[in-house]
Amino acid sequence: MWRSKEGKECLRLLEVVADLLKFVNPRALLSYFRSLIGSREMRILILGLDGAGKTTILYRLQVGEVVTTIPTIGFNVEQVTYKNLRFQVWDLGGQTSIRPYWRCYYSNTDAIIYVVDSADRDRIGISKQELVSMLEEEELKSAILVVLANKQDMEGAMTVAEVHSALGLDALKTRTFQIFKTSAIKGEGLDQSMDWLANALASRK
Amino acid sequence: MIGSFKQAKKDEEDGCGNPYHSVDKTSVLQEARVFNETPVNVKRSTHVLTKILYLLNQGETLATKEATDAFFAMTKLFQSNDLVLRRLVYLGIKELCNVAEDTIIVTSSLTKDMTGREDQYRAPAIRALCRITDATMMQAIERYMKQAIVDRAPGVSSAALVSCRHIMKDSPDVVKRWVSEVQEALSSDCVMVQFHALGVLHQIRKSDKLAVTKMVSKLTSSGPRSPYAICLLIRIVARLIEEDEAGADCRLFDFLESMLRHKAEMVIYEAANAIVTLRKSSARDLAPAISVLQLFLSSPKPTLRFAAVRTLSKVAMTQPNAVTACNLDLENLIQDVNRSIATLAITTLLKTGSEGSVDRLMKSISSFLNDISDEFKIVVVEALRALALKYPRKQAVLMGQLADMLRSEGGLPYKEAIASTIITIIEDNPEAKEKGLDHLCEFIEDCEHTTLAVRILHLLGREGPRTRQPARYIRFVYNRVILENAAVRAAAVSVLAKFGAQCETLLSNVLVLLQRCMMDTEDEVRDRATYYHAVLATRDSALIHRYILNPPQFALPSLERALVQYLRADTSAPFETRAVPTAPPPQEEKKAQNIMEVAPRQEERVVPTHEKYAEQLSAIPQFANLGPLFKSSAPVELTESETEYMVRCIKHTFRDYIVLQFDCTNTLNDQLLEAVNVVVEGEDWDVLLYIPCPSLPYSQPGSCYALLRIPEDIMATTGTFSATLKFKVRDCDPATGEPDTEDGYEDDYTLEDIEISVADHVQRAARNNFAAGWDELGATNELEDTFALSAMSSLEEAVTQVTQFLGMHPCDRSDRIPEGKSAHTLYLAGTYRGGHEVLVRAKLALSDGVTMQLTVRSDDPGVSEVIASAVG
Repeated sequence: MWRSKEGKECLRLLEVVADLLKFVNPRALLSYFRSLIGSREMRILILGLDGAGKTTILYRLQVGEVVTTIPTIGFNVEQVTYKNLRFQVWDLGGQTSIRPYWRCYYSNTDAIIYVVDSADRDRIGISKQELVSMLEEEELKSAILVVLANKQDMEGAMTVAEVHSALGLDALKTRTFQIFKTSAIKGEGLDQSMDWLANALASRK
Repeated sequence: MIGSFKQAKKDEEDGCGNPYHSVDKTSVLQEARVFNETPVNVKRSTHVLTKILYLLNQGETLATKEATDAFFAMTKLFQSNDLVLRRLVYLGIKELCNVAEDTIIVTSSLTKDMTGREDQYRAPAIRALCRITDATMMQAIERYMKQAIVDRAPGVSSAALVSCRHIMKDSPDVVKRWVSEVQEALSSDCVMVQFHALGVLHQIRKSDKLAVTKMVSKLTSSGPRSPYAICLLIRIVARLIEEDEAGADCRLFDFLESMLRHKAEMVIYEAANAIVTLRKSSARDLAPAISVLQLFLSSPKPTLRFAAVRTLSKVAMTQPNAVTACNLDLENLIQDVNRSIATLAITTLLKTGSEGSVDRLMKSISSFLNDISDEFKIVVVEALRALALKYPRKQAVLMGQLADMLRSEGGLPYKEAIASTIITIIEDNPEAKEKGLDHLCEFIEDCEHTTLAVRILHLLGREGPRTRQPARYIRFVYNRVILENAAVRAAAVSVLAKFGAQCETLLSNVLVLLQRCMMDTEDEVRDRATYYHAVLATRDSALIHRYILNPPQFALPSLERALVQYLRADTSAPFETRAVPTAPPPQEEKKAQNIMEVAPRQEERVVPTHEKYAEQLSAIPQFANLGPLFKSSAPVELTESETEYMVRCIKHTFRDYIVLQFDCTNTLNDQLLEAVNVVVEGEDWDVLLYIPCPSLPYSQPGSCYALLRIPEDIMATTGTFSATLKFKVRDCDPATGEPDTEDGYEDDYTLEDIEISVADHVQRAARNNFAAGWDELGATNELEDTFALSAMSSLEEAVTQVTQFLGMHPCDRSDRIPEGKSAHTLYLAGTYRGGHEVLVRAKLALSDGVTMQLTVRSDDPGVSEVIASAVG
């Protein structure tokens, strides 16, 4: 407990600070405070059909190299630090039998990275359905969406525009989202998408 | 020490000192929401998870939904890297995985932990992973398990090996593929890993005797370093010797003996214990083992002394002479501060000591009897029982001691042990009978245990009337009617009736007493009194015999069913009791396990009872009208074990029919059998009907049936049948069980012959009073014949063989033969198919084989003939 005399001094100090702040850009002030408080980790889900490359992307982000993966039965959760921002990233298995459990992990999610296998034209429709039904969830209403059109290194892969229209992203009106072309194996496109995501999270109200 | 333990227990009940005392399921599950917080609140989550684990360990159960919710919330804790919390999560997974659904969700996380760098995670992650992985998912983790088995960290390797043993239960085939890894682990440097690896290896090869022998001979020549593994090896070797019927393989036995000189005490003890427990060990084989144990008796370590004296006391039960050498050391142990050791020492001495030392030992027993627990008191009582049978002349001393013990403090099992010891002495020695009955009478005057009082009363009813002065027991019995609770009163009334029925002089007095009992407040007591009074008042000895001394022993559920059926049909004719099957008397129980004996290893197969069979059969429409089921035989194996197809036969006897039930199991996982049938053929017998089993998939037992009509001629009702299993094979995929081909091919498989013997037509029956029953049946249909049973070498053997062969029940304890007698009379009672009473008296004499004079009485001449001719 502060003794009352000290308390009064503090109050006065605060008033002085407030006067000074009137001359500062409010937006910069916000990011200044956020960097002060910034210890709260952002919670990110990586979702998508099986074999889209989710686990590869997770470990590419965490350790910066390609690891051999096996189909994820369940989930992987890792701390990822990107440009001094800390993320807690959940990579949920994409097999049909595991998709129903995605919803168990939706709450408190700040952003979703939705990974699409651009070379898998057959199942792009299923991928769209999963995306649409996921975005309808109340718990994910305010989550930022990043779509990664992955496996661009493969021959015959769909372009970003094709993926964009195949997923029906035009219909998204209110959501903050962006689509990127990536190749997790070669490490292309991941930095851009993470830069965008970091900014989008920072500028979010 | 016991005092402080009690104190601690009391504290626990009060809840002091236990922070989780007032934990309640609903509120804890509410609190479990904290798991969902981001970032993880490590401290609170740890606390709440501990509470959940505490509750589950206290026996609290969760519903599937509750468990699943808690489980999924718990999975979120994987984001924290806190060591303690993560290990709690592993425990939580193991506790919840049996109730919660979809637990495979943590598979990836656990595989990551088990292959990761943190050793603290790896072993528990393996254990948790094996619990959530079912047979279908096993392949996904196979590679990791193989690596873990040969891991350099001993804890990881052990965890993987122990998990193998759990996986074995569901998917033995998978573990069999890991055999080379397990073999590698066996040569590990860590003693525990060696031990666990040997355990797994043995389990994998258990069913293949040749492989076990090979493994053992390799290991015994280059013994493992780990003493734990050697102990296990000794057990395996001992079992091999036990199973080897051809004659002991002396190399195996030499191995056991060489282990007596090992440097680790546990190995020495294990070897000695194995040698003395072997059934084949001769006195000469025992000697080195006994002398090792004798050394242990003077060890400063109490555990060694206890182990040694416990083993010696076991040996003393069967081979007292071998233990005599240790008598001096055992005498010293009577003063041991550890009371358990002292008790065992005394009881061992009781078995090995001479008759002269009994009095002295009895004195030292009574000096510390109050210090030991009931369990050990029972051990003492058992020893006294053995002693009484061994030295009949000491029975007076022993009886006095037992009576003292009966009066002292003690729980029901203890009192029961004493009472049954006294009863044994009474039965063994007619001279001790009256003295023993007196002690028991005195005991029931002040006995708080209803079951025990009823049991003693029953004994009084059986033995009392045949003593010199039956009248003196009446007072004790009638006191029960005045003083005790309803169950005891009812038993006392029945006993009074038995006195009245057998003692002419007491009859009028008993009638007066029964009259008084008719005023009782309890229905059962009044009913019994009225019933017995009415029967006794007729003074018709035939009636009294039939309804008091040897009352009909109907199987109650069958009687009920018969009565219901009777009431549904025309009731003008009187109810026919003959058609109601009698209940077989309970087989004499094996002597209660005392703490000296190791629990039996074989898992007991639950044999369905008569009632269950009756229900199963009447559910089959073709068999619904066969009448009541008379008797079902024990299952007979028609194939060797571990063949392609396994078939067991159960013979169900009805009044005019026999149903053969064949329980078949298909042990080939690449075959689906269809239209499975067992075709039987035998002379004079008609097979009326077959009911095949439509489909027999791999390892799922199925039954098919054959219905036979029993021939009219009673002498042709036994026979031998050839049996063949006929079926249609469809090859199928071993993994899914789905058949590959559209149509299969016919095949058959020869089974062993089926015997229908006299015993299948006879149900065992009890007679409380054989002589009364014998006289009542009379000599009208008596047949007598003399046989020479040259194949038998002892009276015991003859008694068991004849009893088994006729399928009848020995009465008046005539199946026990006093030691050293050369002649004996066996009384057997049974009911022949159709409800005919049969009694058999077999006079046996031992002389160059056994000579038997067999007398059969029954109410039907044909039945007498068939029984008399059965032995020939």
